[in-house]
Amino acid sequence: MTSTPATVGTRGTHPGPRGAAGTVPAAPAAPAAPARRRHRGPSASQWAAVGFAAPLLVYLVVFYAYPLWRNIDLSVHDYTIRAFVQGNAEFVGFENYAEVFSSSTFPTALVNTVLFTFVSIVFQFAAGLALAVFFRSGFRLSSTLRAMFLVPWLLPLIVSASTWSWMLNSDNGIVNSVLGAFGLEQINWLTSPDTALLSVTIANIWLGIPFNLVILYSGLQNIPGEVYEASSLDGAGPWRQFWSITFPLLRPVSLITLLLGLIYTLKVVDVIWIMTTGGPGDASTTFAIWSYREAFGTGQPDFSPAAAVGNILILIALVFGFLHLQLQRRQEAS
Amino acid sequence: MQHTVRHPRRKPTTLAAAAALALVGVGVLGACSSGGGAGGPGASGGSDDTYTWWDPYPQHDASSDWAGRVQACGEEAGVTIERTAYDTTALTNQALLAAQEGASPDVILLDNPAVSTLADTGMLTTVEEFGLDTSAIDQNLLDAGVVDGAAYGIPIGANTLSLYYNAEVLADAGVDPESIGDWDSLTAALKKVTEAGHKGITFAGIGTEEGSFQFLPWFWGAGADLTDLDSPEAVEALELWTGWLDKGYAPNSVINNSQNTTWEEFLTGDFGFVENGTWQVNSAADAGFETGIVQLPGKDGGVAPAPTGGEFIVAPVQEDTDRYETTRAIVECMTTPEGFVETANTFAYYIPPTQDGQTALLEESPELEPWVEAVNSAKGRTSDGLGTDYPVISEALWTAVQNALSGAASPADALATAQADAESGTH
Repeated sequence: MTSTPATVGTRGTHPGPRGAAGTVPAAPAAPAAPARRRHRGPSASQWAAVGFAAPLLVYLVVFYAYPLWRNIDLSVHDYTIRAFVQGNAEFVGFENYAEVFSSSTFPTALVNTVLFTFVSIVFQFAAGLALAVFFRSGFRLSSTLRAMFLVPWLLPLIVSASTWSWMLNSDNGIVNSVLGAFGLEQINWLTSPDTALLSVTIANIWLGIPFNLVILYSGLQNIPGEVYEASSLDGAGPWRQFWSITFPLLRPVSLITLLLGLIYTLKVVDVIWIMTTGGPGDASTTFAIWSYREAFGTGQPDFSPAAAVGNILILIALVFGFLHLQLQRRQEAS
Repeated sequence: MQHTVRHPRRKPTTLAAAAALALVGVGVLGACSSGGGAGGPGASGGSDDTYTWWDPYPQHDASSDWAGRVQACGEEAGVTIERTAYDTTALTNQALLAAQEGASPDVILLDNPAVSTLADTGMLTTVEEFGLDTSAIDQNLLDAGVVDGAAYGIPIGANTLSLYYNAEVLADAGVDPESIGDWDSLTAALKKVTEAGHKGITFAGIGTEEGSFQFLPWFWGAGADLTDLDSPEAVEALELWTGWLDKGYAPNSVINNSQNTTWEEFLTGDFGFVENGTWQVNSAADAGFETGIVQLPGKDGGVAPAPTGGEFIVAPVQEDTDRYETTRAIVECMTTPEGFVETANTFAYYIPPTQDGQTALLEESPELEPWVEAVNSAKGRTSDGLGTDYPVISEALWTAVQNALSGAASPADALATAQADAESGTH
């Protein structure tokens, strides 16, 4: 059972930035080329431009457009397993969505998704920023120490999530035994509906700190040292420096970090699945877990509602993507 | 503030970038839902003398006895077998995908509750179509693969659950394992064990099929029926579990325990009892303490029916029906009485599904006698005509178990919700 999540294992931290970096520079290249030599008709260089863009376009269509289209297709048909094999699923329009919205799991999953995402991001970002500022001062061994903070990122998720679930075990976990040493009562971290979501959130925060640290640290490198020098001549203390220089100058980097963090956190399946399988009951079920459980968590794959939940997640991520754009545009305007 | 923006970008680009970003992010999910991954290797349609075989035993690699045995059956039928092993859950998904693409393997060894699911898609041949004789197979085991009166596969062996005990802990607590015959005597034994400073019992209450699998002996042992999840009998069964947790006879971590975890806990030597399966027989023999098993008791005595585990050998529908003849030879090689015993010995934890096979196995290993008894009183999860309704009912059931054990709902309320979910899910 535990090996199942591993197949969906990659948390997606890598493809995100890389995919974005791949699309950005290529997009303007395509329209730029034909504009130059319009009078000669489709010239050799235009063909070359198309040729260079083609692999990317094919890649985008095969790996992004098609899965997305397929996901929408799944969600508006009634794909029972029989229909899945025989390919004759009945078109049901938005019935799957209606079912999802009226399900008793929906409010729980919504609240859990919001709490899990929001709390994770706030703490990941705060801790990542604090550590980035801390390491900026470049003391002895700081680069070694910084490298060690990346360990959570490097470990396979099945390892780190299993370790967390052992540490938080109700009866034999190290966390409870430490609490016990101080005379505190046993806390059923993963097995009580009150603390299950909190526990998986804590584990996810720990996993997300390195990502925030790396991006914010590289953002800090771009702030010229003279600004700090000048401010300290004006008598600004470290606190003042942080709020008046570091924080505002880091804003563009912070925004993209938060947006990426949001997208990664929205779709986290593996950590929660390994630690609690979304339980007990629905206590730690988020939209992503719900979608995974519908599709792969039971003996009977239910692809249509799973796809519907997945599409809702995509919509949420899109909304925040556009919000980010709006913010960025306002910044550019100012 | 102005100089913070160093790279003024053109709007369409940024828009495309952010949209792509969002899609990249969540798109992964979409890819998953649409079926996850390209079809594995080994799809049929290959040459005439290569037959494809999928099984859920990735722990047995190409050099294992099991792989050798599969090959030997191929040689006997005059062909080469190309064997691919998947994880149990992945196997069902791969089989569905392969069927969708018309590239099913010739033979699949399939976990028994999945048989009716795949049969429902029309991708499996019936045993009758294949002309295989199933009259010798124990009916209670064969039933798990019967849909609408037709059998879609043959069990190659069976395993089930029973109650392992730690003889040293029981001796220390002054409990005689022979005294355990019903729920009351078991609970009394747990009380004694706990009072003697040990831990009582551990079981798997995890929110997956394993959770239902472990709860069913108590559910059925109370006389409850899967079509009526909130019957008073069902509530009694769930109250038995919650009662053990409340009194401290079972640890709270059972809510998240898988069967492997419970076994690890038992091997620490702290626990008096563990509910676990035939597949741990060897491990129990190697434990650092003396172990034994008692049959899972019914509420008022007798042996409670435990769910059957184990794989069925099934033959998916092929476009080229000429292949069936060789496939039948391969299937027959695996299902002769000698074949069953050989399988049991290769795996060390499989009870043959026929009387003859069981007798032959007991001659070789008389210590497996209680397991043969347990398998004989076991019951298929998809039996009683439940078929493809079972996965839906099972999900409702394990959710109820989780909610009751964690205290989110009372056993009666949790099961009432489960029954409502099961009813709405199966229509």
